[in-house]
Amino acid sequence: MATVTFDHIYKRYGQDVIAVNDLNLEVKDGEFLVLVGPSGCGKTTALRCVAGLEDISDGRLLIGDRVVNNVAPKDRDIAMVFQSYALYPHMTVYDNLAFGLKLRKMNKAEIDKRVKDGAGILGLEKFLDRKPKALSGGQRQRVALGRAIVREPSVFLMDEPLSNLDAKLRVQTRAEIARLHQRLGTTTIYVTHDQVEAMTMGDRICVMKDGLLQQVGSPQELYDHPVNIFVAGFIGSPSMNFATTKSEGKDLIFGGAKLELTGAQARAAESRPDGAQVLIGFRPEHIEIANGQDGSAVRFPAKVDVVEYLGNEELIHAQAEGNEVVALLPSDRKVGVGDNVDLAVPMEKLHIFDPESEKTLVG
Amino acid sequence: MDFGTLGFAVLAIVGVPAVTVLYILATEWLVRGLPERRRATIRPWLWLLPAFAFLGVYLIYPMIQTAILSVMDRRSESFVGFDNYLGLFGNDSFWLTIANTAMWLVLFTGIVIVIGLIVAVLTDRVRYETGVKALIFIPMAISFVAAGVIWGFMYEFDPDIGTLNAGLATVGAEPQSWLTEWPRNTVMLIIVGIWMWVGFAMVILSAGLKGISTELLEAARIDGATELQVFFRIILPLLAPTIAVVGTTIVITALKTFDIVFVMTSGNFDTEVIASLFYRARFINGDVGSASAVAVILLLAIIPVMLINIRRFQQQEAMR
Ligand SMILES: Nc1ncnc2c1ncn2[C@@H]1O[C@H](COP(=O)(O)OP(=O)(O)OP(=O)(O)O)[C@@H](O)[C@H]1O
Ligand SMILES: [Mg+2]
Repeated sequence: MATVTFDHIYKRYGQDVIAVNDLNLEVKDGEFLVLVGPSGCGKTTALRCVAGLEDISDGRLLIGDRVVNNVAPKDRDIAMVFQSYALYPHMTVYDNLAFGLKLRKMNKAEIDKRVKDGAGILGLEKFLDRKPKALSGGQRQRVALGRAIVREPSVFLMDEPLSNLDAKLRVQTRAEIARLHQRLGTTTIYVTHDQVEAMTMGDRICVMKDGLLQQVGSPQELYDHPVNIFVAGFIGSPSMNFATTKSEGKDLIFGGAKLELTGAQARAAESRPDGAQVLIGFRPEHIEIANGQDGSAVRFPAKVDVVEYLGNEELIHAQAEGNEVVALLPSDRKVGVGDNVDLAVPMEKLHIFDPESEKTLVG
Repeated sequence: MDFGTLGFAVLAIVGVPAVTVLYILATEWLVRGLPERRRATIRPWLWLLPAFAFLGVYLIYPMIQTAILSVMDRRSESFVGFDNYLGLFGNDSFWLTIANTAMWLVLFTGIVIVIGLIVAVLTDRVRYETGVKALIFIPMAISFVAAGVIWGFMYEFDPDIGTLNAGLATVGAEPQSWLTEWPRNTVMLIIVGIWMWVGFAMVILSAGLKGISTELLEAARIDGATELQVFFRIILPLLAPTIAVVGTTIVITALKTFDIVFVMTSGNFDTEVIASLFYRARFINGDVGSASAVAVILLLAIIPVMLINIRRFQQQEAMR
């Protein structure tokens, strides 16, 4: 067990490319931390720095309280699951699992016990004599996981381990990895570009963009209090609606509608000079059809364009004051195309951003 | 070009495809009467027939002919039984030839593969990879004769000409006669062969190396392997099929070695190998019987290599 600390980590390629830019992050002992972000944001690079497969350009990396910048991968006590699995094709599943243990000169009986245990946990007993070529994608994926767990390392590193699986298997394996983590309690850094995976698996999520850390926090913190427009738009599915408004005292002018604010939201609006542009954000699932007077919600009119029926819910695409707005509503609302409706967003679900700095103005 | 040659060229260009088409039509006409299922089994054999016929004429027949000549006298006039073979076996210089060829087989093959492998693995990790590889591959493009001449200068006795002896002179050592003392001279010839063939081994092995994914090596490193363990436990086993291909090619080259020996020593000073022995017997001594016996021995030596190769080929087919 160990913590992993990124202390002002930089990774540069040549002069121009900064793949990881001043990353500061502490992964707690036993934590499941998900690194998430769009393609090319430096997740893999950050993970490979921890593995020791990439030289760190600047900063200190600690595993436990040991600085490991110059420690070889084999001496870092880590195990990694690669996106392509990277199973040894010339070895049987058994030997794939046993390889790391043999290199550590563990005795035969202990190796056998660990391999059998690991295979048992992952349901691989039947395949121990097979070569990787004779396995399905999902089975290979489990061998890759097995190879990591039998080593009993202090940190697991996983780079998009589910991206080669089909949708159903991905959900299953997601649960399997979560269960494995509960059982073993090993510190894990998990890379994905899929925010659903991040939300469902992570104790904490670290959102990155262009090599820069955007926000770290529990899934709920990220969902409820995104610090900037990028995180707000990245976390949550379908993603958050954004619209431009103008500040007027402690209210906001949204096209022809006036959003009357209270509490933290009102203070945020007040902090901007009158007439200044302010970006508001609200999630599709927080939108309701307004009924009667309710002081704790902002409301605005909208015209429905498209209705996507999803079963118990409907995805409503509507035009509100010149902005496209997506709302997720229970199907029994019976909204039809072309309807004019009043939409309401609960006050505390309204996010307010500074369009220049892109940072949140609330909180 | 006179008219006859032209006519022959036209005949070749038009005639060969025409004969091929006619042959296919003829086989179709032949199998026409058979039920569809039988046709499918018989057709491939009919199509293979011409290839087998050519093989028979150009390979099997000469082989048999050589075997027959090897039990005839030097003018191929009368049957002498195994006298040619017994003559060879009773001759010390024959056994020396076998010993030299064995040296070629072991040293040449072994060192070419090992150096080729080392260079391939090392150049895989440097930035100026292509430059280094080109440099090492260049000797492959030089003819054996030219290589023999170049290395002839290297091995020259006179320190003013011979690079090796010049080197010895700078450290105050006596100049050596590199090509007259056995077994040193054969080793020196083998070095020339190695210089020429390492490039080939390197290029093929390095292509094989590129086929091994870096993630695999990284996985092994994380699993706790040192660079040497990565090499011996991951790279080497995965490269085994490629090494086998290079190995067979080099073994056959070693068995057929002729040019280097012929150019540099003409087989004198006990540097004779099987192929140069054959040349001497056939074209210098004019002894067709003995020469054929040597050829048969060379053939027999190559058969096990061929068998190993065929077996490996079948295994690979089975793996796909
Ligand atoms: N060897 C390299 N040389 C130069 N630039 C590189 C190198 N490796 C990565 N990069 C750059 O560093 C950035 C981060 O790459 P990285 O692989 O970490 O992205 P990622 O977040 O893992 O993306 P993905 O989700 O697509 O895997 C990218 O812009 C990439 O182009
Ligand atoms: Mg990546």
